[in-house]
Amino acid sequence: MTDSSWGSGAGFPYAGAPRTSVGRQSDDLDEDPVIRPFMLTNGRTQPLHDGLRVETLLRAEPAALSAPLRFESRRIVELAQSPMSVADLSVVLRAPLGVVRVIVADLITQGFLAVEKQPEELSTSLIERIRDRVRAL
Amino acid sequence: MSGRSREPSAAHPIAVKIVISGGFGVGKTTFVGAISEIEPLVTEAELTERSIGIDDTSAVAGKTTTTVALDFGRITLDEALLLYLFGTPGQDRFAFLWDDLVTGALGAIVLVDTRRIEDSFPAIDYFEEHEIPFIIGINRFTGAQRFNPAEIRDALGVSAGVPMVECDARNRESVKSVLVSLTEEVLAKRATRVRAESTW
Repeated sequence: MTDSSWGSGAGFPYAGAPRTSVGRQSDDLDEDPVIRPFMLTNGRTQPLHDGLRVETLLRAEPAALSAPLRFESRRIVELAQSPMSVADLSVVLRAPLGVVRVIVADLITQGFLAVEKQPEELSTSLIERIRDRVRAL
Repeated sequence: MSGRSREPSAAHPIAVKIVISGGFGVGKTTFVGAISEIEPLVTEAELTERSIGIDDTSAVAGKTTTTVALDFGRITLDEALLLYLFGTPGQDRFAFLWDDLVTGALGAIVLVDTRRIEDSFPAIDYFEEHEIPFIIGINRFTGAQRFNPAEIRDALGVSAGVPMVECDARNRESVKSVLVSLTEEVLAKRATRVRAESTW
């Protein structure tokens, strides 16, 4: 997990990320050790935009790079300069899918992210291409 | 058909999803790991009270969030074609995540452990009900008694039309072969449908 192909996903300040043993001494008595995953979304759990599947590919508008965005949103528009799926973003941000969906939906609503359009149905030739490519892996 | 679909390109890739399902501990994580180019951790957080009394929440009174680790694999088939594998959570109590994971899938693979055939019933029921093309992968565990395919098919209660293949979830070539079998099944289903439509 620390070695992702996107380079430095580490150090991202998502509070729900697994804690390392560093700074977690045995005498560290937290009053409330529960991390609330939806803290990043101000407690909102419902995305403003429907139809965001785990494999939905997102692309950031170039203008989004100069927008005044918070940490998570900024990182998403940086990562999505080439198409990135919701699941891939979840991996890099170390945030649950539901959290990523809410942030992504906000960015879409604000016009900073766009959903990469997919065909309604895969053509037969495309399915054959999938089959042949898997076989050749 | 070609009018509705476009040719994918590197700038506009297509993401295809295949769902790996089956009972808890049947080898879904191993299966996905055998072929995925990354070993990522994807989690889902659900605001739920279901975990109370199941997970040990006695130390954290009032906990209403369950975090579920999901199996997730990615395979770059070519510059324009991405294949994502998603494992459905094995425990029944996470069944509420299924619709979300399965919607839009090309097809599904139901992994079966012949020692616990019944664990795969919920997955089979789900895919039959939602008319999602699926095949059965009999994961060969060492030490498991071998049954002949007809016996397994009877025990699973699936029709002869559902392909059944043996596999070793630890083996990359075996996993590839299962994925190829699923695409063949999707193509076969497609051909049947096209024939049915052309008789109108």
